[in-house]
Amino acid sequence: MDVLIVDDSAAIRKILQRVLRQAEIPLGAVYEAGDGAEALEILKSQTVGLVLSDINMPNMDGLEFLTRVRADQAWAKLPILMVSTEGAHAKVLEAVERGASGYVRKPFTAEQIKEKLVGLI
Amino acid sequence: MLETTPTEQAMTQSELVRAIQTSTEAVFSTMMDLQVTAGEVFVEKEEAVPASGVVSIVGLAGSWLGSGSLSCTAKCACKMASHFLMTEYEAVTEDVLDSVAEITNMIIGNVKTQLEEKLGPMGLSTPTIIYGRNFQTRGARNQEWTVVPFMLGEDRICVQICLVPNPDAGRREARSAFPIPHVQNFS
Repeated sequence: MDVLIVDDSAAIRKILQRVLRQAEIPLGAVYEAGDGAEALEILKSQTVGLVLSDINMPNMDGLEFLTRVRADQAWAKLPILMVSTEGAHAKVLEAVERGASGYVRKPFTAEQIKEKLVGLI
Repeated sequence: MLETTPTEQAMTQSELVRAIQTSTEAVFSTMMDLQVTAGEVFVEKEEAVPASGVVSIVGLAGSWLGSGSLSCTAKCACKMASHFLMTEYEAVTEDVLDSVAEITNMIIGNVKTQLEEKLGPMGLSTPTIIYGRNFQTRGARNQEWTVVPFMLGEDRICVQICLVPNPDAGRREARSAFPIPHVQNFS
């Protein structure tokens, strides 16, 4: 399965890649994007089976990215796990209402990510 | 006894300090498998003092305005990044600076979540990171910073936050200028 990681921090993208490789899931290519706009371009050109996305990012944030993805029928069922420092209940609820498949708050453990992935893929 | 700060109207100083301590300890233990020990808290008015090392600043904006920052030596930044990315760093690189920025983002972001229960929703800016020697930082206004020092082994890390009520809260275009912290001198 090809995966897209969306976060403006290269460090977090590296950490999430490591967590994905440790998780016992069939992992193919891992694409990286620094914001929602970049991520949309990758989704248009690649077949991705899972997205992990931050919320607070420049240019296009994770919530706007979610809205645009869900507006396209082709990506209606694409699993999107939000991984963000935003922990307020209202923000989590907003992400879910916009179509997030799951939510993990930073800081996270590898186990928390793996548990969420098991339920998504 | 700590001095009062503007946040006292909406929350106590000890609540702010506790939020900084719990967030910092959680980020270090969860993401880096490191234990930090909180030191004696102090409140500081800005004054420009030459500083060296790494400073990462994140802005907060909503019905309250402010900034949070993390500052440490270059050696300490390398140690943090080495544990964060599980790769050994002996010099400050892009990876090290990006790691410190993200660690700051997580700490201040989690403090923000705790503060929002009392102060209302706030936005979080993307981090700004400064690395160098003998630099000075100075904010445009005379504001007080709550500084929480931590020890990571022999290294000192300072996490500090400044928050003031936003006079433009409720207006369509709220003020967005983030205060800049006075940086502790690590040289």
